Amino acid sequence: MSTHVTRRRSAAGLRLLGALVAAAVILFPLYWMVVVAFSTRSSLSGGGLRLWPEQATLDNFRRVFDSFPVLTWFGNSVAIALVTSVIIVLVNLLAGYAFAHLRFPGSGVLLLVALSTLMLPVQVIMVGLFRLVTDLGLYGSYWAVILPTAASAFGVFLARQFILTIPRELIEAARIDGATHLQIFWRIVLPLSRPLIAVLFFMSMLQVWNDFAWPLIALRENALYTLPVGLLFLQGQFGPDYGATMAFALITVAPMVLVFLLAQRWFVQGFSRSGLR
Amino acid sequence: MTARVREAWAGYAFAAPTLLLLGVFVLLPLGGAMVISLQETNGFGEGTFVGLDNYRRLAQDPVFWRATLNTALYTVLVTPAAMAIGLGLALLLDSALPARGALRSVLILPMAISGVATALMGVLIFDENSGFLTEVARALGLPQVDWQTHGPAAFASVVIMTMWWRVGFNMLIYLAGLQGVATELYEAARLDGANAWQRLRHVTVPQLSNQSFFLVILNIIYSFQVFDIVFVMTGGGPERATTVLVTYAYDTGFVTRDQGYAAAIGVVLLAVTLVVTVLRWRAQRRREETE
Repeated sequence: MSTHVTRRRSAAGLRLLGALVAAAVILFPLYWMVVVAFSTRSSLSGGGLRLWPEQATLDNFRRVFDSFPVLTWFGNSVAIALVTSVIIVLVNLLAGYAFAHLRFPGSGVLLLVALSTLMLPVQVIMVGLFRLVTDLGLYGSYWAVILPTAASAFGVFLARQFILTIPRELIEAARIDGATHLQIFWRIVLPLSRPLIAVLFFMSMLQVWNDFAWPLIALRENALYTLPVGLLFLQGQFGPDYGATMAFALITVAPMVLVFLLAQRWFVQGFSRSGLR
Repeated sequence: MTARVREAWAGYAFAAPTLLLLGVFVLLPLGGAMVISLQETNGFGEGTFVGLDNYRRLAQDPVFWRATLNTALYTVLVTPAAMAIGLGLALLLDSALPARGALRSVLILPMAISGVATALMGVLIFDENSGFLTEVARALGLPQVDWQTHGPAAFASVVIMTMWWRVGFNMLIYLAGLQGVATELYEAARLDGANAWQRLRHVTVPQLSNQSFFLVILNIIYSFQVFDIVFVMTGGGPERATTVLVTYAYDTGFVTRDQGYAAAIGVVLLAVTLVVTVLRWRAQRRREETE
């Protein structure tokens, strides 16, 4: 019996060791980014292996803020992520309710068509989308990023699954009391969907905040760039000046990492549910 | 208006915003891309119809074949490796462990980080002249690897950073699946004298087949579409060693502005995605029948 217990204990020790090694591997590049961001230029070009900055400095951040409209880009990212996420939550919840509880001819086919677009990445259609956005006169505006990004069926799927769990009797009772469909949505479905709204909102924020390929194509002017596009632009300008590049990379990464850690349970729920597709 | 008709109207009205967005910004451009793929274009202007010329050009374009091969290789490397490591980590974290929550948070942290930032961290680590690995090799007197100028090494560096980025997601899906595996199954296997490896092979892995199925599809589709990491980390170089279909399509469509040709690459990508989707669909039906 006692050997059994010690064996279990040493197994747990091994598991812990393995998990710690994995965590170190994940954390190291992030740590390294921070170290480089706070290192002086001379210590970076000097060569040699150092695992922490000799003297921490804010020079890199100063250089970045002096040469680039960092706050503008930050504002662009916040605005685009917020507006897109709000649109996604709103329209997907409406559609989720329709597909979950309302009967209308063709709803099955429409749902199938909507969900089939999940398999269609922007990379496949980027040339056509670019032409369309240009024809609509949106090219080079925020809307060129917001509207195509908001056209996402993932939330429809998630919303429908969630709203299906709202008991039908609740909705039927409200109908008998003479509530309109909009009232039912507003007074019953929305309040009960708070966890869904959180999951959908945070997942959309995360995706839009980090989006790169489409904003790169759709945003022409420097002043409209989002952070990831600005990051690439800045890297092109500064080249091997890793201190400045990493200082800015840190600025782009930190807010979402913070949100991710604070709102983790919503993300975990969202991603885990995506696995049940 | 009867209640039934009113309900139908409400249904259309509620679904309309989403359907409109999808129709205008996904399906319409998809049709547009197909039309453009049949055109010869000059810059961003209207093109002239050339039939299947762009596809014929693709068939004879060595860069296209290189990009296809690289995309396939990337997919074949990333999919099983990300899943195996993801499963391994999920098993480490599944039962009681000190600081389990914190460890999980760390392992899924890359999910919050953009592809661009991930790629730049990759540059920081794999830079040939001053990257972390180069400094380590120098300090230890090990032979240096030409991470940026040697094709296979550059390819490996892209794969490694992808793993860093993707493993947490695979772990999360498996972790959710492991919570559904009944502990009685392990007890029974233990009583039958199965060792840890046998329990993993004959209990855990089969019980997680839903998650594995989902992850295979998702990893494949993700790999076909890889862009950010490659574009920022290597730009497709050296000498096309890391060029994948999407970076090639971007280069032709938005750098050399050969939009018709880029659209054709997109359509090929779509065809491959469709094949995977159909295979998934058929496999799912087969699984449902056997269950």
